[in-house]
Formats: sequence, C-alpha cells, structure tokens
Amino acid sequence: MVERLAEFVEDGSLDAEFIHVESEHSALSAAMGASLAGVRTFTATSSQGLLYMAEVLTYAAGGRFPIVMINANRSLALPWNIYGDQRDSLSLLDSGWIQAYAENAQEVLDLTLMAFRIAEDTAVRVPFMVNLDGFHLTHTYEVVDVPTKEQIDKILPDYDPGENQIDFENPRSFGFTAGPEWNASFHKAHHEAMLHAWNVIDRAENTFHAVFGRRYSGGVDAYRCDDAEYVLVTLGSVSGLCRQVADSLRESGVKAGVLRLRYLRPFPDEAIRKVLSSAKSVAVLEKDISFGGAGTVFTNVRSIVPAKLNVIGGLGGADISAAQIAGIFESLQAGESGVKWL
Amino acid sequence: MAMSARDLDKREFFFGHKACAGCGGSLAVRIALKVLGERAVSVLPAGCMSAVGFNFPQLAFTNNAFITPFAATASVMTGIEAGLRQRGIDDFQVVGFAGDGGTADIGLQALSGAIDRGDNILYICYDNEAYMNTGIQKSGLTPYGAKTTTTPYKGSRRHKKDMLAIVAANGVDYAASASIGYLEDYIRKIEKAAGITGTKYIHVLAPCPVGWGFKTDETVDIAREAVDVGAWSLREYENGEWKLNREPSRPQDLELYMKRQGRFKIEKQYQEENNYAGE
Ligand SMILES: Cc1ncc(C[n+]2csc(CCOP(=O)(O)OP(=O)(O)O)c2C)c(N)n1
Ligand code: SF4
Ligand SMILES: [Mg+2]
Repeated sequence: MVERLAEFVEDGSLDAEFIHVESEHSALSAAMGASLAGVRTFTATSSQGLLYMAEVLTYAAGGRFPIVMINANRSLALPWNIYGDQRDSLSLLDSGWIQAYAENAQEVLDLTLMAFRIAEDTAVRVPFMVNLDGFHLTHTYEVVDVPTKEQIDKILPDYDPGENQIDFENPRSFGFTAGPEWNASFHKAHHEAMLHAWNVIDRAENTFHAVFGRRYSGGVDAYRCDDAEYVLVTLGSVSGLCRQVADSLRESGVKAGVLRLRYLRPFPDEAIRKVLSSAKSVAVLEKDISFGGAGTVFTNVRSIVPAKLNVIGGLGGADISAAQIAGIFESLQAGESGVKWL
Repeated sequence: MAMSARDLDKREFFFGHKACAGCGGSLAVRIALKVLGERAVSVLPAGCMSAVGFNFPQLAFTNNAFITPFAATASVMTGIEAGLRQRGIDDFQVVGFAGDGGTADIGLQALSGAIDRGDNILYICYDNEAYMNTGIQKSGLTPYGAKTTTTPYKGSRRHKKDMLAIVAANGVDYAASASIGYLEDYIRKIEKAAGITGTKYIHVLAPCPVGWGFKTDETVDIAREAVDVGAWSLREYENGEWKLNREPSRPQDLELYMKRQGRFKIEKQYQEENNYAGE
C-alpha cells in the first residue's frame, strides 16, 4: 500500500509528502504532527505494527486528529503467524478511533474515501481505521472500480483543518493534562462525536451512492434477516460465504440470515437491535478471542441482544468452510450456547 | 548578529507553569523560546516540562505547543515540519524539549529516524540526569555514582551515554552541548542552530534541585560549576568537526562539585565498592 503511494508521490501524481519512518510508533506520531500542522494525513499498518503504535492511537484520538489509517487485520504473536485474523484491531476497540471492517477490496477503497470525509467532518473529528482481512483481501486479486479525480471531488471536499491546527496568529497549546475535574468532559465530547458520526456516515453514503451508484448501509449489512429465525453475525471477508450458506439453508426451509457488522466503533447498537429483535437465536462468528472471556465482537453484540453462541474461527489464517458455517446454523437450531472453536 | 542575554526578547513564551523553585529545565525552555520567538512551535514529550506546562486550563506556552508521547518527540516534530511546509509556510522553527530519559532512552530511535531523514528540526534535550517527573529514577544519562530511587544505595554504576557522539554518528547537521550556567554560550548555540537548515541537536545540562539534592538558589551556580570542574563539557559538532568551547577552569574541584549534591552522598558501606573518594 505505502509502496504504491510512494510511486504516486515520486511520479508527481499525488501532491503529498511521503515520510519514511523507522517504526509504526513514529509513523502515527508523524501523522499526528502533520495533522496538527493542518494537512490531510494517511498511514497504514498491520498486526504487531498496530500494537506498536497503540500508545499513539489514544493520543491521535484524544487530540481529535482526523487521520485515516488502513489496518490489514493480521494475527498477533506468539505464536508467530503472518496470516489474517482480527485480534489486532479488536484488541484496540477502546482507543477512541472509528473502526470499520470491509468485506472486499472495493469496499476497502470506498470506505477509505468516505473515511476522510467522515473523520474530517467538523462535528466528528475522530481518526478512522479501515480494517481489511489480511491475506484474503490484502494478498488476493479482485477487479475494483477505481474512481476518477472528478468523482472523488464530489464526495471529498478540500481539506479543512478547522481549529485544531497550528496557527501563528492565534497560537495555542494542543494536547494537555486534564485533571479529574476536566478529564471526563473531554472524553464525553469525544464519545458524543463518535455517536454523532452515524449522521455523517449516513450523509457520506448517500452522496457516495449518488456519485458511484454503490449503496452502503451504515453500521450493519443485513442479509435475509427480516424473517430470519437463525442469524449469524460476523464481519469482514467471510461474510460472502456466510450469505451463500444462508441461501442454501433457505432452500431447505431453514430461515437463516446473516448480519455483517461494518462498523464496530461507533457501535451500531440500534441497528443490531432492530435487525435481531425478532430472531429466534443468534450466533457470532469472529476471528478473535479475548482469552478467558469470549470473542470481543460477541461480547459487544450480547450487550444488545441475547446472542447465545460464539464461534471462534479463522485464527492465524485458518480456512472457514461452507460446511463449518452450515454447522454453526445447525448448532443454533440445536440450541447450543457458549464459546465454540471451529 | 550574535545575540546576548541582554538583548533577549522581553516577552515570555513559557510562564505561569508549575515547575519547582530553582528548576533548571524550565530556565532552559524559557531562554530557548526567547531566542526562537513566536514562530517557534514547541513539542514536548512526557516529562517534567510538559507536566508543569500543560495543565488545562493553566497552559504555560504562548507559542504553538504540543504534548507528545514519551518516545515521539522527534517523529511528531517531523510531522509538524512536513505539514507546515506542505501548507506553504516556511518561516517557523519546530523545536523539541525532551528530557534525558525522553532522549537518550525511549526517544532515541525516533531521534535517529529524524536525523536519518535530515528533517529541519531543532531538538533540545534538557538533561536533569534522571527521570524526574516520575520520581528520580535512573536514566541512561544519570552520571556514575549518582543515587536515584532505582540506584538507591550504591549510585549509578554506569557512566552517561555520550549523546553528542551518538547524534554525530547518526549524521546530525549540528550538535552542541550547553549548560544553563553558561547562558551566553547556550543562547549563541540556539541562535546558530536556528540558522542552519537540517537536523540540529542541543544538549543542555539543566540541574534539578529536587533530584540532585541542592538548594533552590544554587541551580545556575551548580550548572556553571559542572562545566568548570569538567563534569560536563561545552562542545560543538559541525561539518564533521568537534570543538571544545571551554576548558574546565578548575578540574581539581570535581569533588567539591559532588559534595554539594545529596545524590553523590553514598552510604559508607558502599563507598569503597563505588570507588568514591568522598567522606
Ligand atoms: C511510554 C511511557 N512510559 C512512561 C511514562 C511515564 N513518564 C512520564 S514522564 C517520565 C519521566 C521523564 O523523564 P525525562 O525524560 O528525563 O524528563 P524529566 O521528567 O526528568 O524532565 C516517565 C517515565 C510515559 N508517559 N510514557
Ligand atoms: S523535579 Fe526537577 S526538573 Fe522537575 S520541575 Fe522540579 S526542579 Fe524541574
Ligand atoms: Mg530527566
């Protein structure tokens, strides 16, 4: 990703400064400095690199810098593994960033474009992490509709840094200590900005639809959930296969549905409640485990609806098969509950 | 034209902060900003100077200033410099004020990265020779024999890292050591650094009465004596050349310098082991 950006910058097709850093901690720190200076900033990372910059994530979020970052979801050491799972970003859900999860390469591109617009909205001003499944989306080929500059201009206005930038006429301190009497007020404002992001996401998706004809659906992407009795909640690239399985189950009379979570922060609680309120039973399939607890996505979903079954799969790039997904629906029908490993 | 203490900017850029009485670090920051003026953008990692200067709503910097992660002084400076340049602004100086821990220990990698890129920044390390903000723990710049809360009885068994040699080896464009006891020299070096395009590093000795164990009105005197007895040197590195700016005037008084400070009072039973000639 950054290699391609380096080409764009060097051949002059992108008017940007490319900063070579010695670490991910420095990458995000430099992005934060540049954002403070008043320019649009982007960086990308993955896995241990994301954890290495974890400290800076909270600085960037609390400092309200609208940085956009793509994270290739990959497994965490130990044991070492270079393939995909979602433990990296899910372990950092609380860092104050917007977190979206793409299903395919087109959505990665589309989300990234919208991410700038959403993060930079004056009422949001929160950094945005676009997550894509390592290997399945990063190391495979897909045909992608690449937008023209004119199209992008229609959905992404020129950068407006707002007040949060260095100003020599009106110098300020950016970032500071806030003791107990002030601390919560900053976090509350940040939290409210995240909640407000739903309106901005909605507007961005409407504009996006008008320009590109592709319609995205906010926090969740519900498939055959309206009358579904058994719903599988999941995220990322495995969702397509889950939908296929739901289709074939429907043919044999099982009322199956799939709910793909597109955003985890802000958390689409209302959308989840609405879609899942009539489901008989709900399972969550995720490439993550919070050791000694359950999957993080499951824990979040269960705070909204009484999801019973949590299936942990795809860790370290393990394949998830159609038969295994069908098995999850069977487990739901059999009334199984708890944490189950594929 | 060379600036002297007399024609420093009358305006204050760092005041109303919560530093202890007699704090050497706050003097280093205050003077540097008077030299650099209102176009300076200050970058401060975790450490005493950020802790005392950024207490919302009591904010002590009157220029643009930003608090950074402990390890990230240099990389944040890089980003600011690149961002301002991208906006077409060119008359500014990004200046970092990082402690010894923030420089020689956790921030060394980012500093090396910035030097490697040749970023146009001025990095100032105010060296109080320990992690003061968190309670006087030993850093890589704590001198041999100095007691800290993590070298509680015998004092540090290691000598200070030579930061100037380190940044020189990394290929820095300009490096200098200074002391708040020799203000004219410090001022001259800041002014000189500000006139150089490239990565500049100034390492200023900034005694801390709390951590070193001396009276609050002795700070400048101790900082001066450190140079006079040869416990600290005023050096410059430029175009591959080293220059010693001042010969120690009374090297025989090193022991006196140490005796004035509580941190070098090593308990009797450890003195011999420490090869310490004190009482
Ligand atoms: C990553 C990280 N580790 C630890 C701390 C806690 N911390 C804050 S200031 C400080 C000491 C700073 O020492 P130094 O850089 O020498 O500056 P001084 O306080 O002496 O001015 C420490 C350890 C932190 N803020 N961030
Ligand atoms: S502890 Fe030392 S360095 Fe820190 S503010 Fe007090 S005097 Fe200054
Ligand atoms: Mg220190």
